[in-house]
Amino acid sequence: MEETLATPSETPRVNYLNARYGLKSWLLTKDHKRIALLYLGGVSLFFLLGGIYAMLIRIELLTPKGDLFQSQTYNKVFTQHGIIMVFFFLIPAIPAVLGNFLVPIMIGAKDLAFPRINLLSWYIYMLGGILTIWALLSGGVDTGWTFYVPYSTNFSNTYVVLAGLGVFVSGFSSILTGLNFIVTIHTMRAPGMTWFRLPLFIWSHYATSLIMILGTPVIAITVLLVALERIAHIGIFDPRLGGDPVLFQHMFWFYSHPAVYIMILPSMGVISELIANFSRKNIFGYSFVAFSSIAIAVFGFLVWGHHMFVSSQSIYAGMIFSFLSFAVAIPSAVKVFNWSATLFRGSVSYDTPMLYGLGLIGLFLIGGMTGLFLAAIGLDVHVTDTYFVVAHFHYVMVGGTLMGYLGGLHYWWPKISGRMYPESWGRFAALIIFVGFNLTFFPQFVVGYMGMPRRYHAYPDIPIWQVLNVMSTAGATILGFGMLIPMVYLIWSMRYGRAASANPWALPGLEWRTSSPPPTENFTVTPVVTWEAYEFAPPEELKVIGKLEPRDRADYPPDYPAYTES
Amino acid sequence: MSGNVDALFFYLVGVTIFFSVLISGMVIFFAIKYKRRTPFEIPRPIAGSLKLETMWTVVPFVIAMSMFVWGADVYFKQYRMPRDAMEVYVVGKQWMWKLQHATGQREINQLHIPVGRKVELIMTTEDVIHSFFIPEFRVKADVVPGKYTRLWFEATKSGTYHLFCAEYCGTNHSGMIGSIVVMEPADFDNWLSGGAGQQSPVAAGQNLFQNTLGCASCHGDNGQGGRGPALTNLLGSSVPIQGDGTVVADENYMRESILNPTAKLVAGYQPIMPTFQGQVSEEQLIQLIAYIKSLSPQRTSGITTTARPANTQANNNAPATQSSPAANSQNANTTTRHGGRSRQ
Repeated sequence: MEETLATPSETPRVNYLNARYGLKSWLLTKDHKRIALLYLGGVSLFFLLGGIYAMLIRIELLTPKGDLFQSQTYNKVFTQHGIIMVFFFLIPAIPAVLGNFLVPIMIGAKDLAFPRINLLSWYIYMLGGILTIWALLSGGVDTGWTFYVPYSTNFSNTYVVLAGLGVFVSGFSSILTGLNFIVTIHTMRAPGMTWFRLPLFIWSHYATSLIMILGTPVIAITVLLVALERIAHIGIFDPRLGGDPVLFQHMFWFYSHPAVYIMILPSMGVISELIANFSRKNIFGYSFVAFSSIAIAVFGFLVWGHHMFVSSQSIYAGMIFSFLSFAVAIPSAVKVFNWSATLFRGSVSYDTPMLYGLGLIGLFLIGGMTGLFLAAIGLDVHVTDTYFVVAHFHYVMVGGTLMGYLGGLHYWWPKISGRMYPESWGRFAALIIFVGFNLTFFPQFVVGYMGMPRRYHAYPDIPIWQVLNVMSTAGATILGFGMLIPMVYLIWSMRYGRAASANPWALPGLEWRTSSPPPTENFTVTPVVTWEAYEFAPPEELKVIGKLEPRDRADYPPDYPAYTES
Repeated sequence: MSGNVDALFFYLVGVTIFFSVLISGMVIFFAIKYKRRTPFEIPRPIAGSLKLETMWTVVPFVIAMSMFVWGADVYFKQYRMPRDAMEVYVVGKQWMWKLQHATGQREINQLHIPVGRKVELIMTTEDVIHSFFIPEFRVKADVVPGKYTRLWFEATKSGTYHLFCAEYCGTNHSGMIGSIVVMEPADFDNWLSGGAGQQSPVAAGQNLFQNTLGCASCHGDNGQGGRGPALTNLLGSSVPIQGDGTVVADENYMRESILNPTAKLVAGYQPIMPTFQGQVSEEQLIQLIAYIKSLSPQRTSGITTTARPANTQANNNAPATQSSPAANSQNANTTTRHGGRSRQ
């Protein structure tokens, strides 16, 4: 049943997927939805590669001795895991795939403001990725994803410049995507779609775009300086030439801390959608959640020094950064409280996306709270550069970003593919991933506080350390299998999944008021927005939504009412 | 103090458990209580509550500030260098720690110290950034090329503790480990005397100053000055520099003035001193500076910006690992003295 609000009588048979065929129609497309799918292919590939590296790390750490790899090979493995996951999965995953697909649709636009630039950004991303893979195939890079000088400039004899070039190039795709989103959100909202009717997904992407535009040039400059220092010894970081190696760290973290928010803010947007929509309620404290995104984007630029408490930066700078780091935690806390309160007196479903949403609140809570440990300067001295930090940022990035990405991918999969994924497999995988994730990373907090440094190929033969590392590897194995399940059934569902209705979840958002999958121009008639965000209660037209068959209608007894108000 | 750090840690653990239980409990409770009963039920919307928003902004902020103040306090107390500490010089290089006591004993990847005495490390590196990390003492400081960083601690219990390099430094990073051997004072003195005959850093520095490098030809045989400025009572003093302003003469200033003499030229002197960049090793630099510092008997160091110290006690209830000497044997490849005995 393919009803849409804008054109309730029309059932479009032509959609963006079948409008044109052939490789050329994909590689030269200007349709944001097709570009999103190109990105989906790209990030999935890089995620798989990064995941393989992660498994290799975990297998090596099963035993205290470095018996699987040689030291330098291990160093390359964790470096490449980091570079690929950070720059080619976590940063682009949600904005470039889900954001690209949904930002225009959710604001009622036909496309992004600059469709050609959008396509260009994908090509730039792939070029950066190919350069990086070229560096890996040539022999790899062993500096850590942080490229700290003077190791990266004067000592490493691996392919630093080539890998750096990959990062440098891919940064431009972030900048262009951010630019595209900001212009689109400013200028292309449908009639009636005021700023405070925007779904929170849009707000969080707006905040993310600000960081992408303002922060990414700094990492580009930094990587460029590393390359220049390495090739031409210009002396900006080398103390023998009057430079300062700590300056590199300032520049690197000036981008790379906000980059954490590039990763987590879009996920916060996804979660806001999931929590509100799957409890059928408007979000609690809409404007607080919206502005907390902006606050995070702004404050996020002022806390980079908390990565450097033991770097020899000044004590007073350290204290200011510590204070600001505690301050930036507050908007995140506000979000968590508002999400929880949204459930109150809601109608909570346990569909797969919501399981990811609820799980994410828990994981992000741990990730966020352990961030306070690292912001507390006297405590950070002990735990920095240990597995405590590793556990913390994996809770934020994997627990936060990856779970949000998976939740969002399931949630919008009917819209993206026009097919339903198998629900019970979905729930099963979500559970496995949640368990595997916690088993992988929770023991790392403990071994980290005991003092196990990160990036250690071999570690002292202390029985409890090995026990914790074995737990972690067992968890990673479970997590790895858990990740394969959605990969398999999502691909399967593209061909064999049940056809999705326009609005399988019976929701009010604009993306659910066009067919699944949408036509190339998204809406056959420009929608006029007369409702608030997450407005389930009836203006008349919402009853149209109520008439749509839910996906699992058959699961309910026939006498259940089709639409109730409570 | 490991006690201080652990107390702060357990305070944060407590707060984390409280909020995790509170919020997960709330989420789980709501998710069960308000489970969807009918496929199309539409609950009544709730706009929000300014009172609640204020509460959950202010309360976390207050708690966060308590953590900030406590954390800063722990850090600040740790950061002031003690005046009566035993100095040990540390040079990191890929992939070993080279240490030298003020009395001249050298060690590699191992540091013998007495119980109950403050120990201050003055550290630099020959190559990349390293980080001197003793988990049991809850202390860590990066070792940065081109400058000196400091770290201090006071062990309260004898034993052998892990020493790690915590900042990734290349191929054999995970092999750049060693041990801190904490001994009873009498045993330590015994151990020290086992290394007698070693030239102390001050004596070695004096030799460099007066003979090898010829510093004395301008700065005077005993640093009393000449064509170059006097170096007596230099440490911690405020030196007027050419152009404008003054600079506090600490080890980093001395280092810079040796390697790059014209960077902060003392007012009233000609820029005639040649650079010693490339002519002195990190260890010789440390010896020179130790000698120049010895010319300032009344003064203490003026370093204020690069410290990462902590005094500490190795207590048994701390969740950190205490290694046996055997656990270190694979790494403690060079025990330079044999007088030491560690007692667990």
